[in-house]
Amino acid sequence: MRRFLYSHRDLIALTAVLIGVAAVMLLLNPERFLTPNNLRSMAFQLPEIGILTLAMMVAMLHGGINLAVIGTANLTAIITALIVHAILPVSGNEWFAIALGLGAGFTASLLVGLLNGFLVGYVGVSSILTTLGTMTLVNGICIVITGGSTISRLPAPILVIGNGVIFGIPVPLCIFLLCSAALSLILSRTVFGFNLYMLGTNSEATRYAGIDNPRTLLGVYLLSSFLASIAGVIMMARFNSAKADYGQSYLLVTILAAVLGGTSASGGYGKVIGVVFAIIMLQMLASGLNLLGVDPFFAIAMWGAILLLVMTLNHFFRRRV
Amino acid sequence: MKKLIRRTEFFLFLLLVALGLGFTLINPRFATVANLLDLIKSYSFFGILSVGVLVVLLSGGIDISFTAIAQVAEYVTVSWILAYGGNLGTALLVGCSVGTVLGIVNGLLIHFLRIPPIIATIGTLNLYYGVLYVVSAGQIIYQVPEFYRTLSGATLPGNFPVLGLLWIGVVILAAWLLKYTVLGRSIYALGGSQIAAVRVGFNIFATRLFVYAFMGFISGFASVVHTALVQSAIPNSIVGHELDVIAAVVLGGASIMGGSGSVLGTCLGVALLALLGNGLTLIGMSSYWNNVMVGLVLLVGVTMSAVQRNLQAKRRVTNLDGAALMARPTHDQRGTSSGMPLA
Repeated sequence: MRRFLYSHRDLIALTAVLIGVAAVMLLLNPERFLTPNNLRSMAFQLPEIGILTLAMMVAMLHGGINLAVIGTANLTAIITALIVHAILPVSGNEWFAIALGLGAGFTASLLVGLLNGFLVGYVGVSSILTTLGTMTLVNGICIVITGGSTISRLPAPILVIGNGVIFGIPVPLCIFLLCSAALSLILSRTVFGFNLYMLGTNSEATRYAGIDNPRTLLGVYLLSSFLASIAGVIMMARFNSAKADYGQSYLLVTILAAVLGGTSASGGYGKVIGVVFAIIMLQMLASGLNLLGVDPFFAIAMWGAILLLVMTLNHFFRRRV
Repeated sequence: MKKLIRRTEFFLFLLLVALGLGFTLINPRFATVANLLDLIKSYSFFGILSVGVLVVLLSGGIDISFTAIAQVAEYVTVSWILAYGGNLGTALLVGCSVGTVLGIVNGLLIHFLRIPPIIATIGTLNLYYGVLYVVSAGQIIYQVPEFYRTLSGATLPGNFPVLGLLWIGVVILAAWLLKYTVLGRSIYALGGSQIAAVRVGFNIFATRLFVYAFMGFISGFASVVHTALVQSAIPNSIVGHELDVIAAVVLGGASIMGGSGSVLGTCLGVALLALLGNGLTLIGMSSYWNNVMVGLVLLVGVTMSAVQRNLQAKRRVTNLDGAALMARPTHDQRGTSSGMPLA
């Protein structure tokens, strides 16, 4: 029992903070916080940033960072929307157009992942520089192909991804839970996941152990891009539009959430469940403060303060142990 | 001569000349003095910030929060002068003081709590920016004191903008600091290898604190220039551009892991971005292409320097006898554990 508590102390601390935040928000908004309306709006807002955070976390596990996640998400959304708009008048079949659009969107994002993975893994460019470059490039491509404008009015079936409800649970939330579960399995139950954690801890050791580091890194960026494009499709469906500069302010928040969830910035540590908890906490904080009628930027300040607080606590905790 | 050719600055300079010539051939308006002076003026804010970012990168750290610091400094300065009155001197004093204090907070967090700089400064970015927005209620100040307009329009003989002169002043200050002072050398030493710097006897705490305080100081200074350029104080006009400035510095040859880079390179990096932005418009290409070009240049640049480094590592190893074990360059390590500067 003690060993269980010790080995899960990060998660326990995070759960405590989560319950604390929930309790405070409930006390401050006794009438409105636990209403179906508020829960539902939280459930619709949380998935896109949650999946983007998972995409960021995968890259952070190897000790890197993927600054291109937002750009990749937007690229998928824009290409999907453009293809759907181009095919629909010709074929008239909505499902065919959507399938083709999604196929093209995901292909484009995987190409970005391929480029990132190749440069980081095989050429040896540091990940922050590679993804800084691809972030700018992909954002530029998005602006060029849309001419800076918004692409809106998508066919109804695709909007379900962003706004539908299955058995009372919003579809985006289902997708988020599915992604979390799948990623958790990939990280904890596959050779790739094992290699990734080891690579993040000591890449020299994995190389001498015969692990193909470049290939693992390629996998990391493909996976990261794939997750980012799922987030992109959800955003597109929720807003019923796609644009090159959607979600720009999410970038640093995803890093913040990943670190808050226990992901180490130097690689090797981090669990999906921690990130999920951190996302729920940030969302509760934002929604709770919003219900109070507080300036939304107060939530941003609180996010920063909580990040610094958690890092500080971590520091003193680590010292004592 | 050989040494010169190997340097990043030399490549950048050639690229700048080639681009400049190309743009001029297509549109002669590019190479006019008026256009170039205008460019210097409009990029002075960006250029001043890039000098601060360079110093932080040299020390092996990184600062994401400098845009928020500049934002806070700008708003506080303008509000202060509107409330209590003052001139340009007051503005610089208030702006730089606010910036320095916020920078010191970053430095203390990073040094004493051992928070990785990128994480600590993402935290403070949110904190500073969020608090500013709440306190200011997002209100835009349209009426800035008169001396900002005077500063913006002021020129030296030959029409050289005073704002550009401020940029040059900061550049010279930083170049002198980095090259001729013990502090400057300790910044390079810290970025090159912290352990070695400690052994040699450099004061790591003082160096690190100085670096982040300097970044804050520069942000405060730049914020005054920014107010002069835009003639207003808008609480969200600067935040969001932090990665653009970092990109310019990296383009200028500074290593993201610290220890190498120069003020000259940084200026050339900024010049390259300025030239691309302005030149593309002048040759009739839509400004939509700007980010595509910048992204491509950045990717080619970082790839080239990585390849060059791999070749050097290989050459060094083959020169050593019996070092066959190490014959593969350790690019895995460089690509992974060094992804995030952890000072």
